[in-house]
Amino acid sequence: MTHRHDDELEYEDDDRGGASDEHMAHLGTYALGLTLATGLTIASFWVAKTHVIYDPGIPMALATLAVAQMGIHLVFFLHLTTAPDNTNNILALAFGLLIVGLVIFGSVWIMAHLNHNLMPMQQLMQMQR
Amino acid sequence: MFGKLGWDAIPFDQPVPLIAGAVVVLAVLGILAWIVVKGWARYLWKEWITSVDHKHIGIMYILLGLLMLLRGFIDAIMMRAQQAVAFHAPGYLPPEHYDQVFSAHGTIMILFGAMPLIIGLMNFVVPLQLGVRDVAFPTLNSVSFWLTATGALLVNLSLVIGEFARTGWLPYPPLSELRYSPGVGVDYYLWSLQISGIGTLLTGINFVTTILKLRAPGMTYLRMPMFCWTSLASCLLIVAAFPVLTASLAMLTLDRYLDFHFFTNEAGGNAMMFVNLIWAWGHPEVYILVLPAFGIFSEVISTFSSKPLFGYRSMVAATLFICIVSFCVWLHHFFTMGAGGDVNAVFGIASSIIAVGTGVKIYNWLFTMYGGRIRFTTPMLWSLGFMTTFITGGLTGVLLAVPPADFLLHNSMFLVAHFHHVIVAGVVFAVMAAITYWWPKAFGFRLHEGWGEAAFWFAFVGFYVTFMPLYWVGILGMTRRLQHYDVAEWRPWLLISAAGVAILIVGVACQVIQLVVSYLRRNELRDTTGDPWDGRTLEWATSSPPPVYNFAVLPQVKDAEVYWEVKQRAFERERMPEEPDYEPIEMPRNSPTGVVCAFFATIVGFALIWHIWWMMIVGLVGAYATFVVFAWRDVPEYVIPAEEVARLDRENRAIRQRVLSGEAWA
Repeated sequence: MTHRHDDELEYEDDDRGGASDEHMAHLGTYALGLTLATGLTIASFWVAKTHVIYDPGIPMALATLAVAQMGIHLVFFLHLTTAPDNTNNILALAFGLLIVGLVIFGSVWIMAHLNHNLMPMQQLMQMQR
Repeated sequence: MFGKLGWDAIPFDQPVPLIAGAVVVLAVLGILAWIVVKGWARYLWKEWITSVDHKHIGIMYILLGLLMLLRGFIDAIMMRAQQAVAFHAPGYLPPEHYDQVFSAHGTIMILFGAMPLIIGLMNFVVPLQLGVRDVAFPTLNSVSFWLTATGALLVNLSLVIGEFARTGWLPYPPLSELRYSPGVGVDYYLWSLQISGIGTLLTGINFVTTILKLRAPGMTYLRMPMFCWTSLASCLLIVAAFPVLTASLAMLTLDRYLDFHFFTNEAGGNAMMFVNLIWAWGHPEVYILVLPAFGIFSEVISTFSSKPLFGYRSMVAATLFICIVSFCVWLHHFFTMGAGGDVNAVFGIASSIIAVGTGVKIYNWLFTMYGGRIRFTTPMLWSLGFMTTFITGGLTGVLLAVPPADFLLHNSMFLVAHFHHVIVAGVVFAVMAAITYWWPKAFGFRLHEGWGEAAFWFAFVGFYVTFMPLYWVGILGMTRRLQHYDVAEWRPWLLISAAGVAILIVGVACQVIQLVVSYLRRNELRDTTGDPWDGRTLEWATSSPPPVYNFAVLPQVKDAEVYWEVKQRAFERERMPEEPDYEPIEMPRNSPTGVVCAFFATIVGFALIWHIWWMMIVGLVGAYATFVVFAWRDVPEYVIPAEEVARLDRENRAIRQRVLSGEAWA
């Protein structure tokens, strides 16, 4: 939890709005992000069809590329950094990951057990006769 | 041309909804005529309908919530009356109508009664307690309110045009699928919830941003009042949970409109998935409602015990603990669906553990009162009523969290009694306490004590007489949502319950009389000081009602309970702190964006319900055009000159100076 105030930082941001080399630097990071994101997308399509890697490993490779893609988006487009003014964003991300993890893991676990315990349809039909 | 809409949509053969609808329409027309005749239309439009002031939006939310609470209460009266007479008899409500009544009761009470009340209180109180001038996104706030109002309007429209869902307040498939619910009832439910859900989600984002980014200088997280903490936790839950609701309802919508098979019986659909997803939203939802209620009780109990809140940090920890664990318990709503012993045990234990967080809070409130000089005002009575009632209600919840017990009690009247026990005592009592507590801040006069106490006692006794018998009929084996029955043992308990509703009606009447009497006697109940209860948090530092900019100069926060410290210092020195330097204040301009957006959203919702596609396109284009016009506005803010700020603040200071030099607090 930060004890410092973010308002001052926002005002600083406002002041430097006109500096053009700042804009160029921003443009540079966006271009780099776009290149990396495109590269990862192309890599995913390539991995899906290739035989270079062990075939059953392809889903895992796709998952890895997808997670890397998320990382690129967070860093280059959503500007998530480890700087002290980013504590809120990091905490929000952690909270989001925790909740999404809980809901997805919980749902998969619950649904697997529900489907497992459900009587097969044929048996159910026989009972109703 | 008009899709499924025709003259047969209006229930000419059913006098009850038709007469009710006619009365409401006449009342609305009468009020509108009154406003126009009195010449208030312009004022209403400029200062309220288009207002982006968080205080005005908060008050409008609370008004909407109270109206919907009354509507839901009328549904409740109809259901209790039906069960009182429907022994070996069909009663006066036919099954298809009775099913709509209990579905509408649940939907309206939770989503259009309790939610607007809680969000309205957050709107009014949080920026004042944080010592800031407005929320982070003021116009968005107005959009949120009006979208919620759209949802409420659509639900109430279903009374006269078409029908409402007959599925219960959560539309479980396959019953809610097109094959078994071919009418427009479920569509009314889906679109009103989707539209108001957008509003709620925007509110969540708005308040998380406000609390994290806009606080008075020096107000660190651990100096925030408890209500701000609980609001933060509640809004985090809104941001995390409402997308789950949106997604599950969207899938059901696709099933109904475009022949998808997410939850159908055939073609690989799985209805159990809907139950799973809807409760992954539904359980956090109850904590979205009850966490701010805990915050309200913390403020009220601390103020009227004249003591700081006991165990502030443990209170914060308990709030965040509940916030996280509320996402680990949702399966306890469907233990009986058959996930098996392992899964049930894990969720059952988690459900019992969440009671620990609430237990911490109860002990903290008890220790706050211990050794304090307690003033038994109306808000304090509601708080004490809450504490005694909520503990037993929570205990029946811990009982239901045990899977074997739940297998016996699932879907019984015992369950109905349990969740009314915790929601009425938790949320409704909190809202009543909060309205009495913050009323003088909002309107500049206190509410009448006598009528408030009468309302409390009738509501308190009426609550017990209504719901305790329902526990017992549940144990006797009565399931919920029965339109008629023929078990003689249930009959006396249902009659007692109906008598309890009569007591509750008296309580509601006392509440209404209290508002009227207080308004008529507003001059003798006037709160001149801005601090009628000897408060401890920042909202009491400004005048009642506060100026549009809340604080002439943003307060400097040096410790928790900043206003209490400043006040004590002022009393010691018998004078106010030095007059600050006043500066001009920039405030956001009022904007009709919210209400115009909601107007088009209503058109879109209505068109989608009745499959009128051209009308839907008109509505969507209109809503988008509203957004474009707002985005191209030239002057977003106006300036209040420093002299005006100084003049208003000097008045406030003069009054407080007079209090300091001898006169008692009001």
